[in-house]
Amino acid sequence: MASYNMNQVRTGLKVLENGEPNVIISCDFIKPGKGQAFTRVKMRNLLNGRVNEKTYKPGDLLEGADVIETSMQYLYADGEHWFFMNPDTYDQVEADAAALGGAEQWIKEEDVCNVTLWNGHPILVAAPNFVTREVVETDPGLKGDTSSGGSKPAKLETGAVVKVPLFIQTGESIRVDTRTGEYVSRGKT
Amino acid sequence: MTGDAAEWRPTAGLTALQRRAAMLARLRAFFAEREVLEVETPLLSAETTLDLHLEPLSSTVDAPGIAGRRMYLQTSPELAMKRLLAAGSGSIYQVCKAFRGGERGRWHNPEFTILEWYRVGWNVHRLMREVAALIETLLAGSRRLKPATHVSYADLMRRHAGIDPQEASIQALRRAVADGPSPVDTSGLDRDDLLSRLFGERVEPEFAPDRVTVVFDYPASQAAMAQLNASDPRTAERFEAYVGDIELANGYGELRDPTEQRQRLERDLTSRRGTGRPLPPVPSRFLAALESGLPPCAGVALGFDRLLGLDLGAGSIDEVVAYPMERA
Repeated sequence: MASYNMNQVRTGLKVLENGEPNVIISCDFIKPGKGQAFTRVKMRNLLNGRVNEKTYKPGDLLEGADVIETSMQYLYADGEHWFFMNPDTYDQVEADAAALGGAEQWIKEEDVCNVTLWNGHPILVAAPNFVTREVVETDPGLKGDTSSGGSKPAKLETGAVVKVPLFIQTGESIRVDTRTGEYVSRGKT
Repeated sequence: MTGDAAEWRPTAGLTALQRRAAMLARLRAFFAEREVLEVETPLLSAETTLDLHLEPLSSTVDAPGIAGRRMYLQTSPELAMKRLLAAGSGSIYQVCKAFRGGERGRWHNPEFTILEWYRVGWNVHRLMREVAALIETLLAGSRRLKPATHVSYADLMRRHAGIDPQEASIQALRRAVADGPSPVDTSGLDRDDLLSRLFGERVEPEFAPDRVTVVFDYPASQAAMAQLNASDPRTAERFEAYVGDIELANGYGELRDPTEQRQRLERDLTSRRGTGRPLPPVPSRFLAALESGLPPCAGVALGFDRLLGLDLGAGSIDEVVAYPMERA
């Protein structure tokens, strides 16, 4: 991968820091009138999400990280890994639980997910923003009860539990925003 | 910004352009009232700074009698204005463009507007008060500043960085920089680089946003063109003025001794050679002016765009200049 000098760093660039992939979220040029210039770089670690800040001298270099974001189709899980396929090349990759980071409770075979690959390996999988899933378990007895604020928990076929209005019944499909985990509407039947 | 199609447009709004014009008018009134003479000197000159931390831009001029001459865009009008002072101009000011290669950021553009002035017969502390007065006057339309604070560099470093800038070992400075909230690989940084970093990271963020902070008595190793303090030659008659953490002005009780000045320039040249930087010639006309006699004076340069930025409450220099470098 290419290296970047301080005149080339910019927001959005993917770089290696301590051997791990990071995305630059801000960079500030600092230069007193009479003194050494520095560049203050804030970056987010793509493996653990932590934000770090470091300051660089003009001669310092940052090594680029081979990180790409791509759309891939979810195929299946074997209990340990989740398998995704590039729909153009049919190449398959396997992602671990850390890369899924909770997306596994939303996704279903054939969903197209946004997958971040580092050196070809998936490090981050995002579920589609909206999914329509079947409710497999919710309490019918709560119908008409408004003491719980008009909502009740419902378990989806993919494993997630979301709060749904009282009128939703087991066997119905609902539309959910996976970013917030919130019920949006009844799904199309 | 929406790509190439919008690049003909200014980044500053009409209000910013109007306020710039108004501030320039008030600035000229400020100096007219005090009988300081406005002057103009060349932006493009055969002589330039040798300061290790400034990168002059250059051009080659071909004209009758001037064949292929390497000329430099000024990083400040200091050299030429001191030649005027030596020629007997009396107190002078100039507001003009200056250019510094390699500098681009929130408050940096390689081309910017600089205000520089010299007070003949004044000591540095008197000029420090005038700098605060000028800033307060030019910002009066938008913000009422509390009375200025004047504080020494060493006091600030002790208070906010826990470092005595004269006594601290280089190891202690390296540790302090490496352990900061935004760590730096300190290899290749010298004592002044480390001090400068600590000042920027620990001290500047502490400055009050509602008053001018004037910092004086910088270490002698950062004297630039200031004379050393007669009472304590470990420090120089150099000061800086801030509002909040925005560095606005840098001034000196001016060095007048041509021998000392020549030595400093040679030292700068040696440092430049060591880092493979361009090597402009030693500014001989400037040195000749010092030989002939610079009157006792104090001088200061102020970043006009930043002051206008404060006036407008802007978040970056791009909001106050019509066309920053990317659109120039």
